[in-house]
Amino acid sequence: MTLPSFRHSEDPGPDFAALVRRMGLSPVVPDSPVDARLTITHGTTCVAVRYPGGVVMAGDRRATSGNFISHRTIEKVFPADRHSGVAIAGAAGPAIEMVRLFQLQLEHYEKVEGAPLSLEGKANQLSQMVRNHLPAAMQGLAVVPIFAGFDTARSAGRLFQYDVTGGRYEEFDHASTGSGQMHASTVIKMGWRGTLSADETIDLVLRALYEASDEDSATGGPDLLRGIFPVVATITSSGFERLDDEDLEARYLSILGQVATERGGSR
Amino acid sequence: MTAPFYVAPEQMMQDRADYARKGIARGRAMVACTYDQGILLCAENPSRMLRKISEIYDRIAFAGVGKYNEFDQLRIAGVRHADLKGFSFSREDVDARSLANQYAQMLGQVFTHEMKPMEVEILVAEIGHDSAGDQLFHILYDGTLVDETGWCVLGGEADAIGSRMKEQWVEGGTFGEALQAAVGALAGPDRTLVVSEIEVAVLDREGPRRAFRRVEDEDVTSVLGSNDTNIDT
Repeated sequence: MTLPSFRHSEDPGPDFAALVRRMGLSPVVPDSPVDARLTITHGTTCVAVRYPGGVVMAGDRRATSGNFISHRTIEKVFPADRHSGVAIAGAAGPAIEMVRLFQLQLEHYEKVEGAPLSLEGKANQLSQMVRNHLPAAMQGLAVVPIFAGFDTARSAGRLFQYDVTGGRYEEFDHASTGSGQMHASTVIKMGWRGTLSADETIDLVLRALYEASDEDSATGGPDLLRGIFPVVATITSSGFERLDDEDLEARYLSILGQVATERGGSR
Repeated sequence: MTAPFYVAPEQMMQDRADYARKGIARGRAMVACTYDQGILLCAENPSRMLRKISEIYDRIAFAGVGKYNEFDQLRIAGVRHADLKGFSFSREDVDARSLANQYAQMLGQVFTHEMKPMEVEILVAEIGHDSAGDQLFHILYDGTLVDETGWCVLGGEADAIGSRMKEQWVEGGTFGEALQAAVGALAGPDRTLVVSEIEVAVLDREGPRRAFRRVEDEDVTSVLGSNDTNIDT
C-alpha cells in the first residue's frame, strides 16, 4: 500500500468513508434481491434507555438465518468511541461492517482534525452511512442502528433512532430496533420513569430483552446453561463501560425468580 | 533559441539539500527518547494549536519539524495510510516500518523530481510490547531513512542538542528523567524554556489500545519542578 495522495479538489478531508470510496474499497451493491436466493444472517433486538446519569444500551446475542439459529454469541452493541455506542439490527454482515466503518470514521476524524466530533456530528455521520446503504437495503440487506452517547457539552445522555433511509430521530426516553423491538419497547414503556437509577434502568432493560425473547423466536434469551447473556453497557461521563457476565447472571437469576413469583409458583 | 545552462548533477543536489536544510534550521527542534514505560516526544513549540507531534495509530506517533504545512500534509497521509491498512487487513498489521518506508519513498521522489524539496524532517515512532520492540524511524528531507536507537533529535542544531542528549539521557530511565533530559538538551546551557513553549506527548506501553497521550502542562511542570526548565546539569 502506498501513501494516499490527492489533488486538492479531490481530497476527502477527515472523512474516512469518502477515503474508502476514493480508494475503491467500498463493497459492491447487489443488483437484485439477495434474500430471495440466499438465507441472510440477521441480528435482532437492541434497546437503549436514557436515565439521569447517561444511557444504558443492550442487545441480545442471537443471530438467525431463516428459521435456524446461526450464532448464539454474536454481539450487536459496540463502543463507537470513548463516549458513545452503537447497536445494530438487520443483516448481520453489512451491519458489522457498518459499525467498523463508523468506529474508524470517528477515530479518523479525531486524528486528522486533532479534535473529536460533537455528539450531534457523530449521529449525523451514522445517518449518512445508513442513507448510503439504502441501495443494499433495497436488495434485502437492511441495517437499522441505534446510536447513543454522553454529550460532554451538555452533560447528558442522548439517543438517536434511525430508519433504513437514514432518517435520524432523537429520542428522549428510550429507543429500540430489530424483530423483538415491539415487545421490548412495551416493557420499557411500562416500567420507565424519568428518575430511574442506573441499576434500575439495567434491570428494566434486561427484563425487556427477556420478554422479547419470550415472544420473538429470533431474539435470544439469557442462556444460563452456556453462560451467554446480552451485551449491556452504560455510557456516562466516564465513558462506555460494558457489564460483566457475573453481574448479568446474578441480575437474571433475580429476574427469573421474580417472574416465577409473579406466576404464583405454578408451572 | 536559448539552451539552458548546464548545471552539474552534484551541484543541483547540493543546492537542493542546502535549501532544505536552511528551511529546517529556521524552525525549532524536537527530541524523542525511550523511557521504561514508553516513548517520550518533546518539541519546542510556542503554538498550542499547530502541533508538531501527533497520533498516527494505536501504537504509532508522528513528529515533524520544519515547514508546518509540509509535515502536516505528510501526517495526514500517514493517518490515511494507517487507517486504510487497518481497515483492509487488521489493526495488528499496521506497523511503523512500512509507514516509514512509504514516507522515505515519497520524500525521495519529491527531492529528486519536484521543483523544490520538502523542508521537513520527520519521525515515526512505534511503541513495542517490551522495550526491545520500541522503534524510532528518522526520515530526512531527501528520503534518507535512519533507524535510531534510544533517542533521536530532529531539526536545526541537531548536533549540539544530540551531544547534550547523549550526556543526559539514561537507558531505561523514568518518564521524569527522560523529560528532564529532553528539555535540558533542547534548551541548552544558556537558555530557559517555559512550559508553554514545549509540546510533550508519550506513547504509553501499558496504556489503553490507543497508546498516544498528550502530557498536560501541569504534569510537565510537576516533573520539571518549576515553571521554567533551567535545569542545571
